[in-house]
Amino acid sequence: MSDHEYTPKSKAGKWFNDRLPLLTLANHLTDYPTPKNLNYWWTFGGILTFCLITQIVTGLTLAMHYIAHADMAFESVEHIMRDVNYGWLIRYIHANGASMFFLAVYIHIFRSLFYGSYKSPREIIWIIGIIIYLLMMAAAFMGYVLPWGQMSFWGATVITNLFSAIPLVGEGIVTWLWGGYSVDNPTLTRFFTLHYLIPFLILGLVVLHIWALHVPGNNNPVGIDVKKPSKDTVPFHPYIVIKDGFALLMFMIVFAFFVFYAPNILGHADNYIEANPLVTPAHIVPEWYLLPFYAILRSVPDKLLGVVAMLSAILILAVLPWLDTSKIRSAVFRPLYKQFYWILVVDVLILGYMGAMPAEGLYLLIARVATAYYFLHFLVILPVLGLKERTIPLPLSITEPVLGGSPNMAMAKKKESKLE
Amino acid sequence: MSDKKPERRDFLFTASYAVGAVGVAAVVWPLVDQMNPDASVKALASTEVDISSLKPGNTITVLWRGKPVFIRRRTQEEIVEARSVKMEDLIHPEKDEDRAKNPEWLVMLGVCTHLGCVPLNDKGDYDGWFCPCHGSHYDTSGRIRKGPAPWNMEVPKYEFVNANTIKIG
Repeated sequence: MSDHEYTPKSKAGKWFNDRLPLLTLANHLTDYPTPKNLNYWWTFGGILTFCLITQIVTGLTLAMHYIAHADMAFESVEHIMRDVNYGWLIRYIHANGASMFFLAVYIHIFRSLFYGSYKSPREIIWIIGIIIYLLMMAAAFMGYVLPWGQMSFWGATVITNLFSAIPLVGEGIVTWLWGGYSVDNPTLTRFFTLHYLIPFLILGLVVLHIWALHVPGNNNPVGIDVKKPSKDTVPFHPYIVIKDGFALLMFMIVFAFFVFYAPNILGHADNYIEANPLVTPAHIVPEWYLLPFYAILRSVPDKLLGVVAMLSAILILAVLPWLDTSKIRSAVFRPLYKQFYWILVVDVLILGYMGAMPAEGLYLLIARVATAYYFLHFLVILPVLGLKERTIPLPLSITEPVLGGSPNMAMAKKKESKLE
Repeated sequence: MSDKKPERRDFLFTASYAVGAVGVAAVVWPLVDQMNPDASVKALASTEVDISSLKPGNTITVLWRGKPVFIRRRTQEEIVEARSVKMEDLIHPEKDEDRAKNPEWLVMLGVCTHLGCVPLNDKGDYDGWFCPCHGSHYDTSGRIRKGPAPWNMEVPKYEFVNANTIKIG
């Protein structure tokens, strides 16, 4: 928290703050000391907050026109698109907003992986983040069901059927989730309720996520602790506010491109066909942001083990702070980890591509190899690497490499000697 | 705790927690159970289907309890193929005689036992059904032969009301 006690200047402010210290909180947030070497990969927290608020605001307005009933849902979405004033705009922002949200969250997660932001003392921030990510997937999945198109219906069928893999009670759980013997109206109404609820749960967790962040403060590209007191930090306002704001503007350009020029490119044409319980679309795939996990599910030939593998692929992230045995946070000082990091990025991209392709022949083989590598990375490579790797010496402070012009101290030294 | 003799107060605590737990469970259960199929869903128990127009080699799909049901009038070759399979070749061993009492008629839920998609007719490596979602192959008796599905397609309860009508459920 803030290093100094805060007292409001005005008498009224002091009177209020003594009773509810909101001004102290506001002061903490403005003065919050932030490492001065944060790069643009650190702007995605702010971008994600923007995404969440966008989804909540557009979602609330859509809910004023949407009808959660199996006979009317599809038509009410078309009604929003054609009749409601700016309905097309609000719905396209909401639908593409989900994709933008995941784009930003993946960058945010991979930022953490590169710079070791999940390591001590930031494990709780990381675990809250993983819970938020899980809730995001649940919200996105249920939101995709609401238009009641073919992909909605069959996506809901396939995903809820994952629970039938649980021995003994699986079928009972699926019937309970459906509220019937198939995905139908009771399923739609409960999905709508939960889709409405989850963003507010996420909002609460975001508060905890930021609270937990403000205890140790931000990690940074060099990955060493800031020295206190020192000139390693700058106040959050105006320095980080301006930087986050600029990055947000760039992000909004990409966002607006999808909304205005390619609003359906990330969706599936099949979802403009109303749900039909008698016909499954020839090729069902989830939204792009779930494809890597879908590829893992399909690459295991056994039903139960496939579901277990898919869930493990996500939950393994929660124990990452303990799987990675290296004390050095930033990949900048871990030459081998840096290479494995990029292999993992490519591996996940390959899994995503395979998830979109039919599960047969060469595609299936590649998906299997990529699945095996994914688990190998977390379960074998990371624990061993932390013990074996020869890391580059860390600089003494984050100011040192900044002044030297390079995060690598040896290079910084060289530069200094040249200057002399 | 261990060397201390239990007192009246400990008893009171334990009893209070126990009563509290029962109370919470009693309130939570209705909130959980409301999600199970309701009376109106359960009421849609059976469907009668007219099969008089079905020719050998054709399949019709009807909706029963929100799920598709395949009714196939099998050809002689299909019956022979289904009945000549050795039990040890099956993932989920079931005799065709048990699945289709009247060999000409195969009635089963058109739901892949993997993740619930509707398999396609006359497709796949075993001349029966093929599920496009994750590649499960079923034979002419609707038994799983290849792919991730764990079981054969389910045969629901049904009966012939007369020569031209099947009652499912």
